[in-house]
Amino acid sequence: MDSLTLLAFARGPMLVIAIAVFVLGILWRLFHLLWRPSKPDLSEPRSTAVVRGALGAIVTRMWHHKTFRERTLAGTLNAYAYHIGLAIVFFGFVPHIAFIERLTGLSWPAVPGWLFATAVAAVFVGLVYALMVRLTSPVLRLLSDFDDYASWVITILPMITGMAVLSLALDSPYPAQPLYPAPLAIHLLSVELLLIWLPFGKLSHAFLVFISRGATGAAFARKGASL
Amino acid sequence: MSAARITVGTADLDHPLDLTSPRLSVEKPAVRYDTQGDRTDSDRLAAAMAAFSQDFGRDAATWLESCIHCGNCAEACHFYLTTRDPKYTPIWKLEPFKRAYKREAGPFAWLYKAMGAKSKVSVAELEEWQALIYDACTLCGRCTMVCPMGIDIASLVGLARHGMSQAGLVPHELWAVSERAAREGSPLGATPKVLKERLAWLADENEVDMHVDLPQAEVLVTFSSIEIMKYPQSLVATARVMNHAGYTWTISSAGYEATNFGMLAGNAEWQKRMTMKMIDAAIACQAKIVVLPECGHAYSAMRWQGANMLGRPLPFKVLHVSEFLAENIASGRIAVTTVGRSVAFHDPCQVSRRGGATQAPRDVLKALGVELRETRDSGDLNFCCGGGGGVIANHRADEIRYKAFVIKMAQMDATGADEMVTSCSNCRQSFDDGQSHFRWDRKMGSLLELVADHLAGPEGIGATARQVATAP
Repeated sequence: MDSLTLLAFARGPMLVIAIAVFVLGILWRLFHLLWRPSKPDLSEPRSTAVVRGALGAIVTRMWHHKTFRERTLAGTLNAYAYHIGLAIVFFGFVPHIAFIERLTGLSWPAVPGWLFATAVAAVFVGLVYALMVRLTSPVLRLLSDFDDYASWVITILPMITGMAVLSLALDSPYPAQPLYPAPLAIHLLSVELLLIWLPFGKLSHAFLVFISRGATGAAFARKGASL
Repeated sequence: MSAARITVGTADLDHPLDLTSPRLSVEKPAVRYDTQGDRTDSDRLAAAMAAFSQDFGRDAATWLESCIHCGNCAEACHFYLTTRDPKYTPIWKLEPFKRAYKREAGPFAWLYKAMGAKSKVSVAELEEWQALIYDACTLCGRCTMVCPMGIDIASLVGLARHGMSQAGLVPHELWAVSERAAREGSPLGATPKVLKERLAWLADENEVDMHVDLPQAEVLVTFSSIEIMKYPQSLVATARVMNHAGYTWTISSAGYEATNFGMLAGNAEWQKRMTMKMIDAAIACQAKIVVLPECGHAYSAMRWQGANMLGRPLPFKVLHVSEFLAENIASGRIAVTTVGRSVAFHDPCQVSRRGGATQAPRDVLKALGVELRETRDSGDLNFCCGGGGGVIANHRADEIRYKAFVIKMAQMDATGADEMVTSCSNCRQSFDDGQSHFRWDRKMGSLLELVADHLAGPEGIGATARQVATAP
């Protein structure tokens, strides 16, 4: 298989498969959770504002309580650094926007080159720092399993393969024909691996976070308890 | 209404009060058993798995699937913070429960089984796990406050205990007091006979009206066995407050014990039996309000789980005694005098953080005119006393419980308050035991007793009316 055929495969059938697994996997996870039995709570609620409680928990849990700041600040800031960095890299880079536009017809302005470069640095530094903490903290070493390390590798892989594709100035227009088809194909395949893995492993926290926080927020609101 | 009396001496001889030992519990048995019943390992495992499966409902499944292994929960747990042993990381205490879920009921259970990717949980693992979910978890829920995914770990531990109980894998002392409570109606031997004798003696000794088994009353008053056996002045304080407020109130010898060791052990059947006694008693006397004693888990068991035990909404209002006090002080039905001292308040986790009644004791303290000195972590973020969740009943847990208590001692000392009060007799017992162990020069008091000692009017200290009224 030559590099152009590989690229066509990555841009064509493999992309369709990856998106299908991604969407169906998430739907299956959601269906499986929401379909599970849930006993009605017959206790007299202190508050009926459970929806507000659920939404409130989703928002307020984005930052830790002051009480825990000393112990969790570094991890929280690092997590924000690489999560926001990933979002900027994925949604703000010229070639990525062009790729999404080709698929969906939607487009938006790219971020400035300096911001993109900062985001890339934040993702690399953040992910490496997260791995170092995971490998050196006795608590995290105990908790960690295959999923944690696999998810780390699958997340950083598109970043590494993406670096190999960078061949133009960051603010340049997206070329009609890729300069290096093979690295681009590998980059695309690594992104597709991420899409396929996300619904199955811990990366599913991308959507479970809303349900989990919401469930606890609603339960606590019902009791009139703060979260 | 007739009056029944009994002399102090007789009651004291039959059931001597234990007011000096730091805590009440079953002493270390000669032989330790941490399994109950004579069953094979496979039977135990099957029973545990069947119970686990019943508890894998929507919320539990959501939480079990959501952990990102960040380890933040360790930083909230007093057992981890004082030992630095990673096995006390709260979410790790659920590892076999999580694995059972993923393998037996998770979204990819079929795949895991086909690929053999998740091994079956073994009885040996559950036995090892027993020390983590019973000895090293007070169900205080502080970990829930730090989890970025909002996972309610304490609720999951409570559910996991169901399977452990079904498998007969409960720490012996906790099982023993729970079994006794289910059999006798009290975990500490406070049977109806003992209760009536106590009340008669207390009424006489303290010159206060006590009402037992009235056929009809607005308020049904309940107690904790710890109060009945160790802090009897709480019973007196309750009576004084009720008399002062002018309610028709009664204690029911058919349903007075509010602690629920069935819940703490994870035995849902015992939990229901204990709860139903109070519910039936309240319905029988047509109570409009059931006042729960100074006991944290009693509040969870009745306020938030009682209706679910009954299978329909409760036909009465349920109030923790601190809520009752706050409401009646606010309405003017209870009038208090000023205390004039500084106080540090210890929040019972199940009433404040997990019960939503954090403000009520503060309102009471404000009415008493005390200078409230909050601990560094207070209210919804307080540290547990270390003895909740049945941990204080379990001698095997003493070592880590004392370590955890060090945090509490330091925080209380740092307030520099004249006195300490709480609204949970189990917390109070933990403090007394910690005080004895560390030779600490502080004494934990009761919010209820503080109010009773500062009632404006004749029901305060020095009241003259005295009798025990019982049903004809």
